[in-house]
Amino acid sequence: MNRMEMIKPENLVYTKPRLMNDNPMHYCPGCSHGVIHKLVAEVIDEMGLEEQTIGIAPVGCAVFAYNYIDIDWQEAAHGRAPALATAVKRLNPDKMVFTYQGDGDLAAIGTAETIHACNRGENIVIIFVNNAIYGMTGGQMAPTTLLNMKTATCPFGRNEQLNGYPLKIADLLAQLDGTCLVTRQTVHSAPAIKKAKRMLRRAFENSMAKKGTSVVEFVSTCVSGWKMTPEQANEWMMENMCEKYPLGELKDI
Amino acid sequence: MKQEIIIAGFGGQGVLSMGKILAYSGLMEDKEVCWFPSYGPEQRGGTANVTVILSDEKISSPVLNEYDIAIILNQPSLDKFEKAVKKGGILIFDDYGIIHAPTRKDIRIFKIDAMNTAVSEGYEKAFNMIVLGGMLKLSPIVSLESVMRGLKKSLPERHHKLLPINEKAILKGMEIIQET
Amino acid sequence: MVEEVKLMKGNEAIAHAAIRYGADGYFGYPITPQSEIMETLMEEAPWETTGMVVLQAESEVAAINMVYGGAACGKRVMTSSSSPGISLKQEGISYMAGAELPALIVNVMRGGPGLGTIQPSQADYFQTVKGGGHGDYRLITLAPASVQEMADHVALGFDLAFKYNNPAMILADGVIGQMMEKVILPDFRPRKTEAEIRAEQPWATLGKPKGRKPNIITSLELDSHIMERNNLRFQEKYRKIEANEVLYEELLCADADYLIVAFGSAARICQKTVELARAEGIKVGLFRPITLWPFPSVALKKYAEKIKGILTVELNAGQMVEDIKLSVECKVPVHFFGRLGGIVPTPDEALKALKAML
Repeated sequence: MNRMEMIKPENLVYTKPRLMNDNPMHYCPGCSHGVIHKLVAEVIDEMGLEEQTIGIAPVGCAVFAYNYIDIDWQEAAHGRAPALATAVKRLNPDKMVFTYQGDGDLAAIGTAETIHACNRGENIVIIFVNNAIYGMTGGQMAPTTLLNMKTATCPFGRNEQLNGYPLKIADLLAQLDGTCLVTRQTVHSAPAIKKAKRMLRRAFENSMAKKGTSVVEFVSTCVSGWKMTPEQANEWMMENMCEKYPLGELKDI
Repeated sequence: MKQEIIIAGFGGQGVLSMGKILAYSGLMEDKEVCWFPSYGPEQRGGTANVTVILSDEKISSPVLNEYDIAIILNQPSLDKFEKAVKKGGILIFDDYGIIHAPTRKDIRIFKIDAMNTAVSEGYEKAFNMIVLGGMLKLSPIVSLESVMRGLKKSLPERHHKLLPINEKAILKGMEIIQET
Repeated sequence: MVEEVKLMKGNEAIAHAAIRYGADGYFGYPITPQSEIMETLMEEAPWETTGMVVLQAESEVAAINMVYGGAACGKRVMTSSSSPGISLKQEGISYMAGAELPALIVNVMRGGPGLGTIQPSQADYFQTVKGGGHGDYRLITLAPASVQEMADHVALGFDLAFKYNNPAMILADGVIGQMMEKVILPDFRPRKTEAEIRAEQPWATLGKPKGRKPNIITSLELDSHIMERNNLRFQEKYRKIEANEVLYEELLCADADYLIVAFGSAARICQKTVELARAEGIKVGLFRPITLWPFPSVALKKYAEKIKGILTVELNAGQMVEDIKLSVECKVPVHFFGRLGGIVPTPDEALKALKAML
């Protein structure tokens, strides 16, 4: 098969999701955000929800999520995405509403908004990208930073005396009566991506069926903040992050 | 014709609701009305007061320097408002719990034994209506009929069965008020 | 339809007027002295009649961000609070100004700073008309002086907010919020349908039909040249509002030698001061700004040529007085009288201050 034959539509085995546009991404090479964006775009498209989806972007690395997926977006203040999503969904109960947030946004400055949106059982999806570091501002400590992990604001490693412990926020959210699905996924391998997409779709289906709040945590890497190659970062993540943040369903009803 | 009234006492004595009924009664007679309460935690146990203004013309300030009528139900309120009655105005007080009686000579002072009467007649909760009745006897700003209509308007429907008791209390108040 | 006269508190009037305006949502958090607004809404349960959403949020911060989310959908949404809570809302207000979102915010002021007092105050004048949150922006500010105006300013505030895609604030205080007066409520209006919103607010994020570009509501722009253009566009809008939307009321000003300038509850108190002063032969009038921003500078300046002095009466340490001085450009002496700490001045206190400047 030559090149021209390979690119014939009938031979197509993979394509960029239809809802992803051609804007060059600002994410670092090897960052998990790109894959997660792709999954979000695919699920919206496959479920035929393009015309009724509103995404809420956070402050943090994904602040420009709205530049990459062609749906309607609102850009929230830091940590407030679940509050925006609450109003959007309540005022438009038949729309698909999701937030896309990092660990600082969701589990530090926006903890109250996150917990209370989940506790009210808002029919939204919360996509939570946990890479244990503040990427956008240059690698500072996050609430989910592991003990002994070095960041710009804990240069000698996170110390529980000084900084407290890594926050397992998803475990906390699973305890709330308002959540129907809390799951932890990764996107470091093809099988992981497949599984993650399945859970993301389940979350979106829950939202449209008004079953309550679905939280999909992506345990992720930050090659720049962690100062590793993408490969090293994935290995380090599986070894260390997934020990503290074990993968799988914390709640699925 | 304009009447500027202050009602003051302990929280829980029905000070604010007495004012409210008066205001509603004014509404029934198409008067201009203004009801301005003290508000906040002082309502519970502390002193509470409400300014009620009934007027044939538009009302300007809800906050007043002096009043045509002061209805006083405890000592701190007496200390505060006796001096704020207009010369020639009316002060009504229930001397239950009053240690220092009012002393001014340039106003008319009336006593109403409402607390004891409410207890002996068996309608403690209509205590404030006895006081209101006393005031209406001295200064019939609004008719009894308007008061009853105002009461009906300001009470939730489930309490409408209490209307006759309240009317009784008002009539009792008209009967027992006396000049000192 | 026969207009029914009702007796209610200013706070209650806001709630009823919002339902009747066809508001889509209210998001709030309890704080004295304005809690009756949400209490009344919950009691009325408008979600069963007009479909209006009412939600008690976990904080003032969450509430204002819910308003942001709702406003970004082109919906008529509002919140209310009192001074300390309004401080918390400044983040969201600034973001809404930056994203050019229309919404209605009610501040029933109490005394500060800090927790301060729950008693009436007008000490948030600076916060409201000079910014409040960060960045160069303006908030359309209405100052009701009666329960009727509390009701009327709901529609006025929403209409102005949507005319200019800018948040608007009703700046009341504990006196206006807590007192009961007669009020004629506006007629019921239907809520806007999604089709109407899509037509009237084409920027609304209600889901992207095929063929239209995504709508993105954001206040973020990292390119300084584009951001400067945005800032200049905002400023142009503010100049337009200043030129077109000024409201004020004059009482016995035509023949006045002196003017009292006051807003909201202070203006009500000073109406009586004017009555008392006129009875003593003092020719004084009351000038009441209804919009605090845009401020009625032009109208005040005209008086500066004709009168001998101005007394400003406020429930604060002297805030609006600065705008008055700027307006009259030193052509006439401007005096100030105010009470602090939640103390509401009586009409004769203001009269005394007036006489002191004669």
